[in-house]
Amino acid sequence: MMETAHFLLDGVAVPFAEGQTILEAARAAGRYIPHLCWHPDFPPHGSCKLCIVAVGGRHLSACATPAVDGAVVASDVPEINAERRALLQMLFVEGNHFCPSCEKSGLCQLQALASELGMTTPRFNHFYPDRPVDASHPDVLLDFNRCIYCELCVRASRDQDGKSVFALTNRGIHKHLVVNAESGRLGDTDFAADDVAAGICPVGVILRKRVGFAVPIGSRTYDTRPISAVSMDREEP
Amino acid sequence: MPRSAALEAELAMQACGRRPEHLLQMLIRLQEVFGHLPPEALTRLAAVLGLPRARIEGVAGFYSFLHTRPVGRYRLLFPDNIIDRMLGVPRLMDRICRNLWIEPGLLSEDGLVSADTTSCIGMGDQGPSMLVNGRSLTALDDARADALCERIRAGEPLSAWPAEWFAVADNIRRRDMLLSAPPVPGEALAAAQARGRAAWLDEMHASGLRGRGGAGFATARKWQACRDAAGERRVVVCNADEGEPGTFKDRVLLTRMADAVFEGMTLAAWAVGADQGFLYLRGEYRYLRAPLQAVLEARRSAGLLGHHIRGVDGFDFDIEIHLGAGAYVCGEESALLESLEGRRGTPRIRPPFPVTHGYLGRPTVVNNVETLAACCLVAIHGGAWFAGHGSAASSGSKLLSVSGDVARPGVYEYPFGVRVREVLDDAGAVDTLAVQLGGAAGIMLAEHEFDRRIGFEDLPTAGALMVFDGRRDPFEVAANFVRFFAHESCGFCTPCRVGTQLLAGYMDKLAAGNGSFRDLADIEWLDRLLKNASHCGLGSSAPNPVIDGLRNFRPAFERRLKNADFQPAFDLDKALERARQMTGRDDAEAHLDNSPERP
Repeated sequence: MMETAHFLLDGVAVPFAEGQTILEAARAAGRYIPHLCWHPDFPPHGSCKLCIVAVGGRHLSACATPAVDGAVVASDVPEINAERRALLQMLFVEGNHFCPSCEKSGLCQLQALASELGMTTPRFNHFYPDRPVDASHPDVLLDFNRCIYCELCVRASRDQDGKSVFALTNRGIHKHLVVNAESGRLGDTDFAADDVAAGICPVGVILRKRVGFAVPIGSRTYDTRPISAVSMDREEP
Repeated sequence: MPRSAALEAELAMQACGRRPEHLLQMLIRLQEVFGHLPPEALTRLAAVLGLPRARIEGVAGFYSFLHTRPVGRYRLLFPDNIIDRMLGVPRLMDRICRNLWIEPGLLSEDGLVSADTTSCIGMGDQGPSMLVNGRSLTALDDARADALCERIRAGEPLSAWPAEWFAVADNIRRRDMLLSAPPVPGEALAAAQARGRAAWLDEMHASGLRGRGGAGFATARKWQACRDAAGERRVVVCNADEGEPGTFKDRVLLTRMADAVFEGMTLAAWAVGADQGFLYLRGEYRYLRAPLQAVLEARRSAGLLGHHIRGVDGFDFDIEIHLGAGAYVCGEESALLESLEGRRGTPRIRPPFPVTHGYLGRPTVVNNVETLAACCLVAIHGGAWFAGHGSAASSGSKLLSVSGDVARPGVYEYPFGVRVREVLDDAGAVDTLAVQLGGAAGIMLAEHEFDRRIGFEDLPTAGALMVFDGRRDPFEVAANFVRFFAHESCGFCTPCRVGTQLLAGYMDKLAAGNGSFRDLADIEWLDRLLKNASHCGLGSSAPNPVIDGLRNFRPAFERRLKNADFQPAFDLDKALERARQMTGRDDAEAHLDNSPERP
């Protein structure tokens, strides 16, 4: 018997410290659990559900579930990966994601995760929402078509930049990002290109202008290494 | 109006005390003044409260009853629950819209009137009903519909409309231990105080009382966990966000036994050591706010609220009423707490649970209206007496909201353990095909299950019982509930936000006669995903109507299928119609034949 508390992740013992979540402990042990809204610099959010794992028959968010001694956790198994693929398909069809022409192709965690998990079709009918872009800011473009509602920009701007430039409004499938200005335009906020929030988007909503294709598609981060490897080094692409 | 908007925003805040947790209440008040929430008012509110404007916009956009764009001086909302549909509300809505020359969802050009649908408004026993500027109109018929159109065209204020149009009958059809003997104000409190704090909680343990909101958690255990939690300033919250489609028994309790509900809250405060209480009242019931305030005032005057309650030193507790604004998800206790704090009603990650980290992070008890009223019986008669009623694991009685195809819709109180069939007989149900128990989130029972018993041992329920007879189509019922969940999803987690929408799309496809067996397989796969992966009970309950529909009434689904493994949701040839119009062609070459027979 081991001395430290541990749980079994796909049959392998993972030690953990009191208060660690399943995802944190797995990561510390060098084990990757897929995620999109989770980020090492922020408290768990639990909205994307990509980090879903099976614990004793229940499917839980690994980012928000405290590790428990002796728990049996299944992550990289067909049943869970099938659910993750369906969640990815949902994220793809609810927005407008045109990977081949996207500035973030190869740097996008949604695309990289779809590739990692073998998502080959969108499966469901596309919603084709009408989401105008906001190019009002001199240095940053907002393309809301790609938003996955991870709220990392909301959290980074509020908690790290101290600006609260972003928030979500409306609800359900009509939920969407708004910026902190009566005009609704990013150019009328105090957002700056060197804000933490400017670099945190895991997909392609927040884009720095004039650098879109500086690195050609094909030789970008996730073009050369899978997200399961990149994610263990650092979070931002 | 915009010129004075900023000023009025200021005024609204003065009245509310300028705390960020009052944001939702301020927005509701602002809208009372302006009819909607003009952009500059939100900006002014942000400046005065010191909150980011985007956060205020986020809250304003979350709640169905808050409008960030102009709406009519008369705002007509027609409830769209399946029961309302069966009562003929869609036909009346159509009649009124034609009469007033308006389109649902749009504002009339003169800004006079706007009409739309809304979720169940808790009037399923009142005949066809609707909301006009937030007020419930009941017992609608053609004559009343035409008359109200006249009054709207004449610009007559609601205060001049006939009072009987707004009458809400209690429709209490069967009384048991709770409804038959409303306690005298102060009686239960005196009994509990005579026992002392600890002994009163022991009495609650002995009663076996379990939460009436559906989950059935032992009330005394919840109270004890809150009492024992580390933290200052405990809070008691009454969940009066009765949003489950088909339920209205809390409406009746708040109308007839408000004293017992408030006394139950005070009993909870006595047990856990709370000094602050909230009643979170769903926006649809705002007409109850004034009478409830009057009851609170009377209780303060009688020394039953405020400082030194009933002369006991150190027993200070008071209750505020907070209004909801059209969000079913706020019935979930952690979403309710978010809403109480003036935020978007997004359910929290749990643990931690509200008993340790609730309102503003304080230890908080959240109880259902009926649970709190029942506490009075425990205090007056003792835990053993209470435990002697009902069944072994379900002590006491249950209020049921019975509606649909019954002769006598209304509130029925039974001891736990009653069979569904007995309720149907008492309510005058004939040729019953299906019973939806527990609202949209509940379960759909078929005839062979009507001898099952209501109680935590067999059929736990928050109390909605919707009855469908042989004329009804179980598929339509399930489709209605699916659309309800899609409309009420808070949108926080991926499976619920997108999955409820996808499910609604599949149901639409089946309804249009374009379904295939593959669609049924997709539906069942989505059902599992929603159950497994959703963040809260809304998402995991959303597939229930379809799961039960497929389990008990599969033919109702299958007869809508085309006999094909795959059937596209769209018609390729129809998609070319616009191109044909634009090119002026209608020849054979301008058509696609996508029928499978053709080689």
